[in-house]
Amino acid sequence: MNLTTETAKQWLLAAGRDMQENKGYLSELDQAIGDGDHGHNMARGFAEVEKKIASKTYDDVGGVVKDASMTIISKVGGAAGPLYGTAFLKASGVWKGKAEVSDEEFAEGLKAAIDGIAQRGKSEQGQKTMLDVWIPVLQEAEKGNIEAEQLAQTAKEAMEKTEGIEAKKGRAAYLGERSIGHLDPGAYSSYLLFEALVEAIEAGGEANG
Amino acid sequence: MAKVSTVVVSHSRQLADGVIELINQTKQEDVIVIAAGGTEDGGIGTSPDLISEALKKADNPAGTVVLFDLGSALMNTEMALDMLDELEGEVVIADAPIVEGAYVSVVEAGMGKALKEVQESVEKAKKWNKKT
Repeated sequence: MNLTTETAKQWLLAAGRDMQENKGYLSELDQAIGDGDHGHNMARGFAEVEKKIASKTYDDVGGVVKDASMTIISKVGGAAGPLYGTAFLKASGVWKGKAEVSDEEFAEGLKAAIDGIAQRGKSEQGQKTMLDVWIPVLQEAEKGNIEAEQLAQTAKEAMEKTEGIEAKKGRAAYLGERSIGHLDPGAYSSYLLFEALVEAIEAGGEANG
Repeated sequence: MAKVSTVVVSHSRQLADGVIELINQTKQEDVIVIAAGGTEDGGIGTSPDLISEALKKADNPAGTVVLFDLGSALMNTEMALDMLDELEGEVVIADAPIVEGAYVSVVEAGMGKALKEVQESVEKAKKWNKKT
């Protein structure tokens, strides 16, 4: 996978479009087991990211991802703010100074992001959270020879599996067993993020070819 | 002598300000209580930037007790603490209901108690039986 600084920027912009398009659906998922603000928060946060990064020139993948993280931390009031913000911040540290990120470095960035999410949310895999998508995606990425489409497919399957998990974190945890049968909103927005990577990689390939 | 400060973090600006309004009736003049409620644009949520500002205002050598209302308020408080480095006093996050907790916090601070003692008393407010 060819993840250049420009591709990383396009990734974040594509993610913003996807969050905007799925705003209603994300909030619907969140209304069932949370407080119903996830679509609004993600769409708003990524709209601010777009404002921040769209017209700015970056030298490294870490720089653009860090700007996104600081914007999300400042502008997203719900749980998604500190969680996505920390994820991007940790990944940006690994990708700092790199105009292009290798498959191995991409996986290292994901690993750092996951450690950040787990620490910030005091969470682990199997608790019906975004980690239930990020961890399988990391495992796929660690195999090497990364194909964005394969990552997105892994993310989709992992997201769908959250339907059968009982929530242990966030407001959904109050519902206990009643949270089973609903998709996790954070898992769904994470799937959208990895889906957006496919769009950015494809667009980057066309631009280069 | 410096007294322990209190910061109240809530998803709602009005709720945080309301707690301060209530507590101001009880507290001594030299005890500092600061609200950090809502997002920057006044919406529902919490903001690490607003929490950082509140922590800086409350900062003193005796330290600060932070009270928070719901889950992501804790995450954003921890985030604010990660980003701040130049505070004079120690900051502790107390696990307690915000109204009762803030009340105990300012009363104990007013008596000149140390940070850990104030925190301990504040966290006992979780088990108050209010009907007897």
